[in-house]
Amino acid sequence: MIISAERKQSIERAVADPKLQLAVYSATARLKQKRVEAVSPAELPDYQQLRECAHQLKKHALENLDYYLEQFEANVLAHGGKVIFAQTGKQVGEFIATLAKQRGVSLLVKSKSMTTEEIHLNEALEREKLEAVETDLGEYILQLAHERPFHIVAPAVHKTRHDVADILSQKLGVQREEVPEHQAMIARRTLREKFLAAGIGISGANFLVADSGAVVLVENEGNARLCVSAPPIHVAVAGIEKIIPRAQDLPVFLKLLARSGTGQRLTVYTSFLSGPRRAAEVDGPSEFYVVLMNNGRTKLLADSSKRESLFCIRCGACLNACPVYRKIGGHNYPWAYSGPIGAIITPQYQGLSQDPWLPYASSLCGACAEVCPVKIDIPRILLELRHEVTREERRQGKNGLERFAFRAYSWVMRKPKLYAAAGRAAALGARLPGMLSLGPARLWASQRETPKPAAASFRQLWRQRQAGRLP
Amino acid sequence: MNGRDALLAEVRQALGRQKGQAPPPPPPPRIVIPELSLPQRLALFRSRLEELGGKVLEVPTLAAARQAVAELLDGPAVASNSLVLAKAGIPSLPRVVSGLRDAAALREACRNAAYGITSADFALAETGTLVLMASAQEDRLVSLLPPVHIAVVPVSRLLSGLDELYNRKAKPAEETSAMILITGPSRSADIEMILVRGVHGPRLVQVIFVDEDVE
Ligand code: SF4
Repeated sequence: MIISAERKQSIERAVADPKLQLAVYSATARLKQKRVEAVSPAELPDYQQLRECAHQLKKHALENLDYYLEQFEANVLAHGGKVIFAQTGKQVGEFIATLAKQRGVSLLVKSKSMTTEEIHLNEALEREKLEAVETDLGEYILQLAHERPFHIVAPAVHKTRHDVADILSQKLGVQREEVPEHQAMIARRTLREKFLAAGIGISGANFLVADSGAVVLVENEGNARLCVSAPPIHVAVAGIEKIIPRAQDLPVFLKLLARSGTGQRLTVYTSFLSGPRRAAEVDGPSEFYVVLMNNGRTKLLADSSKRESLFCIRCGACLNACPVYRKIGGHNYPWAYSGPIGAIITPQYQGLSQDPWLPYASSLCGACAEVCPVKIDIPRILLELRHEVTREERRQGKNGLERFAFRAYSWVMRKPKLYAAAGRAAALGARLPGMLSLGPARLWASQRETPKPAAASFRQLWRQRQAGRLP
Repeated sequence: MNGRDALLAEVRQALGRQKGQAPPPPPPPRIVIPELSLPQRLALFRSRLEELGGKVLEVPTLAAARQAVAELLDGPAVASNSLVLAKAGIPSLPRVVSGLRDAAALREACRNAAYGITSADFALAETGTLVLMASAQEDRLVSLLPPVHIAVVPVSRLLSGLDELYNRKAKPAEETSAMILITGPSRSADIEMILVRGVHGPRLVQVIFVDEDVE
């Protein structure tokens, strides 16, 4: 298993940073606790049925995805909107840039979207001399600081109010302000003008409702509502896996999503958007586009044993539950998606050779699967990916020592006499000072308590007992 | 083959499906509507919304609702074109702008208003939620731009929760381009998990339930 020296150093830095550890640890602990309360039997008695139902709905939608995509498209068209199919992230950027130029738009506002993070949309628009402004408070702060989200639902969780004070005063030239409430008001004032001046509002999509041609957005701040209500054009960018069959399936997902993510019963705003403003309506965008993006999703779809990786509704619960995420933090995952879900989808989208260590960034404790509202079996998928990594290593003739060790072990295991002798030798070896500071053992021992061998082995005890020397 | 057909063909190939192949029936919708009496719904709605920092008033008549709104206003207000507000005579209150049908004028009024007044198509007890469907009566910005949102809602529109809403409105898209669920005031915890209200939307949501129907 290969991990680059840079990545290793960066992980060591994160683990050794007490400020970061405290920020991430306390935020995730709080989100964890709030989730536990929000899905408790007293609060949500049918939680387990809802999870199962959500899993089955996602499974059905994805197994028949072509059908639901066509149904979705037909319904968007029927309500006066347009659907664009994009194979790559690059095509998404090109579509939006061309539209902006055709309509004479230079300022775009954006609501929080992991899908657009995935394809680096902001950078693509910047290259086209377009200004795309993030409007979620956390995302806005990160855009000013030129950083990527640290967490799927709490993007700036690693920043303290003092960091935010620095960023706002440096980038906006405003007076230093340490109180979060005042900081939020600075953002409100600055962004209010952007909303009202922007020509295009870009959103992601939490769900695409096939029987309605609708995009559903959930949020707490109101910035997504502003993005899709104030500018004359709304463009929603969504991965094709976001489809659910019917509007009537929403209660199931809405009850699970906010509860799992932040412990809320429902997010403050849930917008169900289907097409541009209708003739009688007073306001709303006059143009409505949905960009349906592939960007590698069909690769995951084709693998029926790991297809469920696409069920994810991006609630972030698995991040909060994961002991590895909580230690190494979001920025040490190589792609936009971090935590357990990032560890299973990044290798599938980008290939295992890029970051073969990712499937190993887990203790396999199962906490992620336990909290996942759509019941993705993350540990099983991690194991499958590990299997693929070792298969690939064998093909390339790598990691010979480890394979040799396991072959030797299995050979010894099958020979009782040899096994007993090896046990005695190992016990002796472990008692010899310095033995574990040699070669590969050093790496292993550096992170672990070395177990003390028992005074007598089980086999020795057994023999003594048979001989009547022990009760 | 264009981008659309190519993508759909790739999806079909990944799934081993044929073009035009019908899917098996989806799992039936899971709609479970709890039995809650009106007093129970009212009590639940109140506790849910208050927990989030919102406020609830109950008044017997539309005239009393007008009076309640008048007492709340101490700055410029903009009211939606809702029939409920019209019947209650709220547009004629001093400092209330109403009857705007031009999007630009409406946006300007909302920008300067301290209060946005609307009705709601439904309210949901289990979550303390208001449901607003964009129409000639309800626009999108009055409940969003001003720092305080006041909603005058006939109590007959108070449903139990999400399941009852989607049972009544199985296809919201047939009626509106936007069905918005509002659950308490705008909030963020993006900085150190500290709760801040009124980040982009209103910092206060005040619901006035009125025990009189308009239809
Ligand atoms: S994998 Fe499950 S728990 Fe993790 S973000 Fe996705 S839906 Fe939430």
